Amino acid sequence: MRTWLVLFVIVLLLAMLPLVGDNYLLRLATTVCMYAVLAQSWNFIGGLAGYPSFATAAFFGIGAYTSAIMQNYGAPIVLGWGSAGLVAMIFAAFIGGAILHLRGHYFAIASLVLAEMLREIINGMPDFAGGGKGLNLPILPISVTAQAQFFFYAMLGLALVCTATAIVIHRSKLGFSLRCIQQNEDAANILGLNTYAYKTAAFSLSAVFVGFAGAIYASWVSYIEPPDVFDVLISVKPMVMVLLGGLGTIFGPALGALILLAFEEVVWRNFLTLHAAALGLIIVVLILFLPNGVLSLWNDWLPRKKPAR
Amino acid sequence: MIYLQIAANGLVLGGLYACIAVGFSLVWGVLNVINILHGSFIVLGSYVALFAYSYLGIHPFISTVIAGAVLYALGYALQAGIINRVVMAPVLITLTLTFGLDLILNNAMLAAFTADYQAVNLAHPLGVVQLGPVFLPGDRLAAMVLALLLTMLLYRLLRDSRIGRAIVAVRMDRDAAALMGVEVPRINAITFAAGAFMAGAAGALLSIIFPISPLNGPLFLGKAFVVCVLGGLGSVPGAMLGGLVLGVVESFSSYWFGPEHAVTLSFALLLVLLFVRPSGLMGRRGYE
Repeated sequence: MRTWLVLFVIVLLLAMLPLVGDNYLLRLATTVCMYAVLAQSWNFIGGLAGYPSFATAAFFGIGAYTSAIMQNYGAPIVLGWGSAGLVAMIFAAFIGGAILHLRGHYFAIASLVLAEMLREIINGMPDFAGGGKGLNLPILPISVTAQAQFFFYAMLGLALVCTATAIVIHRSKLGFSLRCIQQNEDAANILGLNTYAYKTAAFSLSAVFVGFAGAIYASWVSYIEPPDVFDVLISVKPMVMVLLGGLGTIFGPALGALILLAFEEVVWRNFLTLHAAALGLIIVVLILFLPNGVLSLWNDWLPRKKPAR
Repeated sequence: MIYLQIAANGLVLGGLYACIAVGFSLVWGVLNVINILHGSFIVLGSYVALFAYSYLGIHPFISTVIAGAVLYALGYALQAGIINRVVMAPVLITLTLTFGLDLILNNAMLAAFTADYQAVNLAHPLGVVQLGPVFLPGDRLAAMVLALLLTMLLYRLLRDSRIGRAIVAVRMDRDAAALMGVEVPRINAITFAAGAFMAGAAGALLSIIFPISPLNGPLFLGKAFVVCVLGGLGSVPGAMLGGLVLGVVESFSSYWFGPEHAVTLSFALLLVLLFVRPSGLMGRRGYE
């Protein structure tokens, strides 16, 4: 109950942001929501099941391109967005069936290669998908401020649904099974869990919201190209956010998204040409000194009342 | 006869791929670390060769040793100073760590050398060699021979030297090796450094063939992935076979489908192989 209350308060506070903030702040908030969706989604497969998936960029790009291609063929924006998540999920279910029997590094490499391959495929389809030139999307016929608010609420709504799903999943049999798989997959298998089905479900779940996010992002920036939406950093940042916030927790990913964005914004402003190195530095420091995330600092300070969930 | 020429081109390319991948495979097999830095190591090796040639006039073939030594030192420092602290952690941690280190190294190279493509233009190229109906550029052929020699040298070192046997022992059973008196952290550092040496040497050899830019790092890393999965993990002959197979496959697929699809096809090959035979063409089953 308390978790739901926290979620409700956070979303309510965020929803009032357009009353006080300017468009710059709204843009940042939209990005935070998008990052939170990516991180929360990755948490299903990476945090709960313990599978180091680098497929986030693949799902993001699939969502962005599905929506963009459909809208360029005249589909309304709602249909474009809706199919984006579904296509990403179906793709994940298919591919997951093929690569989820791999473990550890092999799974990581297979998932890493997905985005690279899709990027090359899109690059090789100039007529259908714009190829290397990229694709333009129709711009909404409303004012700039209204657009900023529209995309902010769209991303916030998606983050809300995604987090709510995460809360449900974390407490369901699926979440429990995924934690079992993380701890000892062979044992889980022997005890009669259909680990394969659970892993595929987690992988698909980690795709659907990312697909939606990709579609909203594409409409938001109104121009996409393969190196942009299939960027490997889209796969890596969610991991960093989850590691920042705490693996396998509910609000950790959102907190990590906020911290990472704040950090990125400072770096972008002051050291534009070194932002990749700055991200690298944060990763190294994080892994060497804060392996359990920023929330672990909090837990270390407070006298323990009961073991953290 | 065109097919013979294509196969020869593929083999020359494949020899270099083997050299690219063998260090990556060694680190993966022994340390159980996927070294995302490997691509940037190769590019750094190319830059060492480029500067050695343009400022000191040292031929890239000779600077394979210089580039290798530079990268050996860097690799040793990185493993001993940073990666050794988490080398036993789960995949996610080590993988993300090397990714972070790669972001730093790649960004540093971009800042220092810019993203512009540069090239080593040899003053005295070796000309074209004719082998029956097949024509090959002499420098490429020499680079491939050197690459295979280096790979073979690593193989002999692993088999015959004391350090090499210790590396193999750590690969087989870390705990048992430690009980037998092997200093595991030191062997880890030497292994990582040896992988970096091979990357640097490969980079120096590639500098006479490919344009040099930090942007090429991920490209080389992708090749190393595919070769390792093709050849199986941590075995030098496997990497050699995988490299040659990838070179020939890429060469033929560029001819049949156009060079723009060669990368897609090699990645598709990787996925299919992972699906049907995750241990590689020469790998042992169940040896993850």
